[in-house]
Amino acid sequence: MRMETSDEDLAQAAIEGDAEAFAALLERHYDRIFRLAYRLTGREEQAEDITQDICAGLPSKIAGFQARSKFTTWLYRVVVNAVEDTRRRQATRSRAALGWGDVEQMRRAEAAEVAEAVEWLQTAMRLLPLDLQETLALTLEDEMTHAQAGEVLGVSEGTVSWRLAEIRKRLRAMRQEELAQ
Amino acid sequence: MTDDLEQLKKVMDVSTPGPDASRRAANMKLAQKNFAALQASSALDRPNVRRGLLARVTKGAKSMLNALSHRGLLTATTAVAAVALVVILPQTRDYVPKPTSWKQVQSDVPQNVVAEAEDALGNSEPGFEAPVLAELAAPLSEPRNQRATDQKSVVDGNALTADEGGSTPPELSRLHGLSLERDTEAFATAETNPLKITADDPVSTFSIDVDTASYSIVRSSLLNGKLPPRDAVRIEEMINYFPYAYPLPDGQAPFRPSITVSPTPWNDGTQLVHVAIQGTTPVVEERPPLNLVFLIDTSGSMQDANKLPLLKKSFRLMLAELRPEDQVSIVTYAGSAGQVLEPTFASDQGKILAALQRLEAGGSTAGQAGLQQAYEVAETMSAEGEVTRVLLATDGDFNVGMADPEALRDFIARKRDSGTYLSVLGFGRGNLDDEVMQTLAQNGNGQASYIDTLSEARKILVDQLTGALFPIANDVKIQVEFNPAQIAEYRLIGYETRSLRREDFANDKVDAGDIGAGHSVTAIYEVTPVGSEAIRNQPLRYADSVVSDASEEIGYLKLRFKAPGSEESQLIQEPIFSGQGDVTEDIGFSYAIAGFGQLLRRGEYLNGWSYDEAIALASTSRGDDTFGYRSEAVTLMRLAQSLER
Repeated sequence: MRMETSDEDLAQAAIEGDAEAFAALLERHYDRIFRLAYRLTGREEQAEDITQDICAGLPSKIAGFQARSKFTTWLYRVVVNAVEDTRRRQATRSRAALGWGDVEQMRRAEAAEVAEAVEWLQTAMRLLPLDLQETLALTLEDEMTHAQAGEVLGVSEGTVSWRLAEIRKRLRAMRQEELAQ
Repeated sequence: MTDDLEQLKKVMDVSTPGPDASRRAANMKLAQKNFAALQASSALDRPNVRRGLLARVTKGAKSMLNALSHRGLLTATTAVAAVALVVILPQTRDYVPKPTSWKQVQSDVPQNVVAEAEDALGNSEPGFEAPVLAELAAPLSEPRNQRATDQKSVVDGNALTADEGGSTPPELSRLHGLSLERDTEAFATAETNPLKITADDPVSTFSIDVDTASYSIVRSSLLNGKLPPRDAVRIEEMINYFPYAYPLPDGQAPFRPSITVSPTPWNDGTQLVHVAIQGTTPVVEERPPLNLVFLIDTSGSMQDANKLPLLKKSFRLMLAELRPEDQVSIVTYAGSAGQVLEPTFASDQGKILAALQRLEAGGSTAGQAGLQQAYEVAETMSAEGEVTRVLLATDGDFNVGMADPEALRDFIARKRDSGTYLSVLGFGRGNLDDEVMQTLAQNGNGQASYIDTLSEARKILVDQLTGALFPIANDVKIQVEFNPAQIAEYRLIGYETRSLRREDFANDKVDAGDIGAGHSVTAIYEVTPVGSEAIRNQPLRYADSVVSDASEEIGYLKLRFKAPGSEESQLIQEPIFSGQGDVTEDIGFSYAIAGFGQLLRRGEYLNGWSYDEAIALASTSRGDDTFGYRSEAVTLMRLAQSLER
């Protein structure tokens, strides 16, 4: 029964050439990859492309997974790298590269109040510098501890906590600015 | 008050979409296929493969470098070649020019290697079927791993385990001491032309540049309350943005150069040599029929109001100017390329407008496929004596299909030689890959323009309909030789990305810029006369001193061009004298813009000359300014001044 096997064991089996284990592992995490890619880019289209990118490359990349860390930690790192890579490759800048601000979001949000909330989210994401955006997107994942996010981003747990405090501060400032207007 | 972060999380959860089911299935399949392929190939004799691959890649990079000339218009490809060399031969990195576009490089280096890796591995499959992006990622780790094993001395081996195949090799960026910017628009850049000592280097050679995209980018930045990135400021494009009433050519000559030498506004000790080239304006009634293929980017990123909607309006403006015998076709590219309007005579406006109206943005960008199809359509339209041109309208998002800029460049150049030209119209800010636009247009003998407002669309597409669409002279090159007995130092203002090698001036095989009907082109040199206090380089003790030859010429202008369709160039030449010509309002205004450009580039030669002086000079040189372009420039100067504070 594959489904009960841990991620790490599946990964190990995949490294040893078990195609079935590889498929099961990807099946299990596909949605997660897409979700994080989306939250990092804010663009559905781009998130789909990046996910495809990752799927194509994962077979050769998985050999680099070492059981020292959790599989998901490793996988999130792959996603973060792929997103950064796409950004560079596209030679895009700020707004567009970050994606948060794309009109496609607005179309999805039909109800007016949802639209308003989504707009607020976009503004918020756009206001944050990239490192804070990344940190935020990661910590929004369920069960992601500050320590794990730090491991993915290659920074210390303290830095993640500090960044989150910074994000809170900026959100608050943004809120106050809105109220003032 | 609820925690903002909590609320953000909630909204994010609600608004995060699920993955597309069909793509999910396809991607799962792709991954499994790659997995199987990898298992099969790992049985091969890897060390041999590695040697073969490395050797091949090295050789390829070297021959590519050898084949390239130093012209700025190849910056993209040169950078690619340069980095390919660094990857393989890191020891020689000191000889490698600073790459100007990392983003390009990112997508190309692995790509080239991938193709080789595939056949090197004896992989009999015809590559992956997935789009380019996917192909990219899969075998990416190969070359890096190879480098790690074959060149241990270079790679410090601490690459993150999960990083393989993912991002920029961290070693590379460290080697260069370059900070990799995470997100920038890519601009074709070059260092500001340095001051040259006439005795050492008396000859200056460059290709003319009739692009105007840089000015629009500067304007759009300033109007958004930001100073433009320094590298986005190309002074010659700013100067050439404005219409000038330079003396018209007489008789049959396609254009006429006129030279003015006058004191420099920003330096009492130097003079400006102003070279103005005015193209003839053929009577519009006599123009040959036009075949236009609009290649329109309809990718998702084009749906902003300042992109596709503006584009539709712009083309409508242009349609009104076409003749019944002109033909129009529309090809779109997004995901897959498609012809949405078969070649249609301009008299059938309703049909054209309806097709234009149906355009909608969505999907990703398959630039290369679209370009190929547009050229195919163009070829079916062209006939003897007609002018055929592809007009590419894009926001520069060539992410899919921009697989191999080198091949694309060659493709466009081949089509150019067979008579179909390419112009590029940029829309919207953010995605714009200025460098790709430049490269495409330059190789297609066209203009790269950036359209941010409807009035800009009018300027580019309507006012200049004749100019942008009818070349009157091809491959126009300028060479100026300064007389060391008169001029101690000189520098060319702008044209950094257009410099040519001295020997390429007379080489008709070397491509250069084109002049369209009615275009004017301006080039400005700042020269320091012998004996001036403004000389920056003091004479050397052991160098030969220049013997005065009593000639009063301060320099000599040579200009080469080809008549359209001709393979052989013609030469125009004339001497330059001190105090020649009169400073008209046109010339004064071009000086103001040259100064403005230098201010934006943080010019080092301005001696404290500031926005106040630039504004004053531009204001007094405004002239008639029928279309208000010059007044707008003054407004932009004021904006820049306040942003600078």
